[in-house]
Amino acid sequence: MVSLFREKTQRADGQVLEINFGPQHPSTHGVFRLHTLVDGETIREVKPVMGYLHRNQEQISENLTYTGFIGFTDRMDYINAIPNNFSFVLAAEKLAGIEVPERADHIRIIMAELARIVNHMAVVGFLLNDLGAAFTPLLYAFRERELILDIFEDLTGSRMMCNYFRIGGVKSDLSEQHLATIKKMAARLPKFLDEFETLLTNNEILCMRCQNTGILSPETAVNSGITGPALRASGVNYDIRKTDRYSLYGRFDFKVPLGKTGDVYDRYYVRILEIRESLNILRQAVAALPRGEFINKKTAAFIRSPRNFKPPVGEAYARTESPKGELGFYILSDGTPQPWRCHARAPSLINLSALETMCVGQKIADMMIILGSIDIVLGETDR
Amino acid sequence: MSGAGCGKEYGKFVKKSVPFFGWGVLCGLWVTLKNFITSYFRKPDEGGIFTVQYPEECLPDFEASRNFPFLVYDETPEKPRCVACGICERECPVKCIHVLMAKDENGKPLRRPAAFDIDYSLCMNCGNCEEVCPFNSIFMDHEHKIAAYDRKDLMRPMQKLLKSNSYFHSIRPRDAEAIDRAIKEAAEKKKAAVPAKPAPSPEAPKS
Ligand code: SF4
Ligand code: SF4
Repeated sequence: MVSLFREKTQRADGQVLEINFGPQHPSTHGVFRLHTLVDGETIREVKPVMGYLHRNQEQISENLTYTGFIGFTDRMDYINAIPNNFSFVLAAEKLAGIEVPERADHIRIIMAELARIVNHMAVVGFLLNDLGAAFTPLLYAFRERELILDIFEDLTGSRMMCNYFRIGGVKSDLSEQHLATIKKMAARLPKFLDEFETLLTNNEILCMRCQNTGILSPETAVNSGITGPALRASGVNYDIRKTDRYSLYGRFDFKVPLGKTGDVYDRYYVRILEIRESLNILRQAVAALPRGEFINKKTAAFIRSPRNFKPPVGEAYARTESPKGELGFYILSDGTPQPWRCHARAPSLINLSALETMCVGQKIADMMIILGSIDIVLGETDR
Repeated sequence: MSGAGCGKEYGKFVKKSVPFFGWGVLCGLWVTLKNFITSYFRKPDEGGIFTVQYPEECLPDFEASRNFPFLVYDETPEKPRCVACGICERECPVKCIHVLMAKDENGKPLRRPAAFDIDYSLCMNCGNCEEVCPFNSIFMDHEHKIAAYDRKDLMRPMQKLLKSNSYFHSIRPRDAEAIDRAIKEAAEKKKAAVPAKPAPSPEAPKS
């Protein structure tokens, strides 16, 4: 393969070294390659090389019904399937102009916030793993995550590939028993978070490694289209739950944690605070859960006969604040049961675009934690 | 020093000045020590140990959990509920179901499958087949020990897929009961609608 850096390598005074991180590297969280140019230990250039996990999901959608494709959206961001379902069904509902019953909306929000907690715990755990705090924080986080995944399995049938949302609602109803488990968990998690923070937040080693590492200025963040916790850690107040107020997010009272410097530490800390805010939303949503239908009566039949769901000719874009950033689905319909085109705006892919800016000038050992702090998942990057 | 901006409102841990350098590390060590000790006494959902010695012990399944589909028969395996309508075949997102309608000598369809294969190596456990089947015939199983040395062994023919209704009751009692009730109701409705003729069809009607 022709090197991207050949010229520069020759031009430099013999000090410059070309390194390939990945595709099989434990810290890249998937099959992903970082084509890196280092001068001693300092990074000169980074080029992310992706596409190793490409599965052609957008094209697959063109051969499937809308309901059939929901199961595939699970596989995009496989750490948290629910928000992907959410974006896709929102787009499909927008296209066909379908109303969602209130109960279904509440259930959706409960599930989406649970998924956010799962995601942020996994990210913080993996970030610490990349930092070299091998496994203890990850294990603590996974202990709690496991209990949330149990709720998912009990309700949706699967721990990670939930396939839970349907056009016009959700697949099955939340029972009193599920609610009790969720309430118990929402009561227990703050205690766990306090403990988790005692372990990490003030830890001198963590602070020294993470503070002032991989700084992303708000201007660069906005210009490169970064969204999600990575953007908010840079101090830009932009949360689609607040700006769009999609679904019922307008009804709930929650804060948007913002960072100051936009370094790795802020990105870590914003996530911890977001877990606390998610619990806040969760508590409100559980308390406000109304009785009623969990799926729109008119669309319930589409579960049994997905081919009858034929949205009118047109296009729709719906976006949600997925735990990784703005996740949007753009659907073009030609009036048949299959989407004519379905494009996913994956936050993981777009958030990668600022990786080089964050890495240049840093030490090579910090590259992995910078990558870990952006929180990418390759299933979504490559689709 | 950095730190999340509106952190102060969130918890006591932000910007709390540490008494001396190394305090944070010591606190962390205390947490790990505490967890190490309490993990032996606490229940799993309060921070105890989760570990299950897997092949010897197994956690109980959730009723809703799903992995691979199987077919239900009512009394004997010769009488499957499936009528080979092919809806699941059409709606399966990865197209891993193959159904062939049985025919008699004159080529008349018999409304039961001659062959029904599911390729477990392709199945993505989505559960769509269960949702679309109008004859309550295909359901998601809890069987997870299906590892095989050869890909061929994951190709499930009808003989291996067919399982009794009592098995279905044993893994998913709530769903099985609801479905039995629905089938019975539908049969009674049908009988009431056509009182003169004795209902000849052995299959469960559309619910
Ligand atoms: S949808 Fe049901 S009845 Fe029809 S072929 Fe599939 S399993 Fe048989
Ligand atoms: S579970 Fe999904 S992939 Fe598997 S056979 Fe059923 S429809 Fe097909």
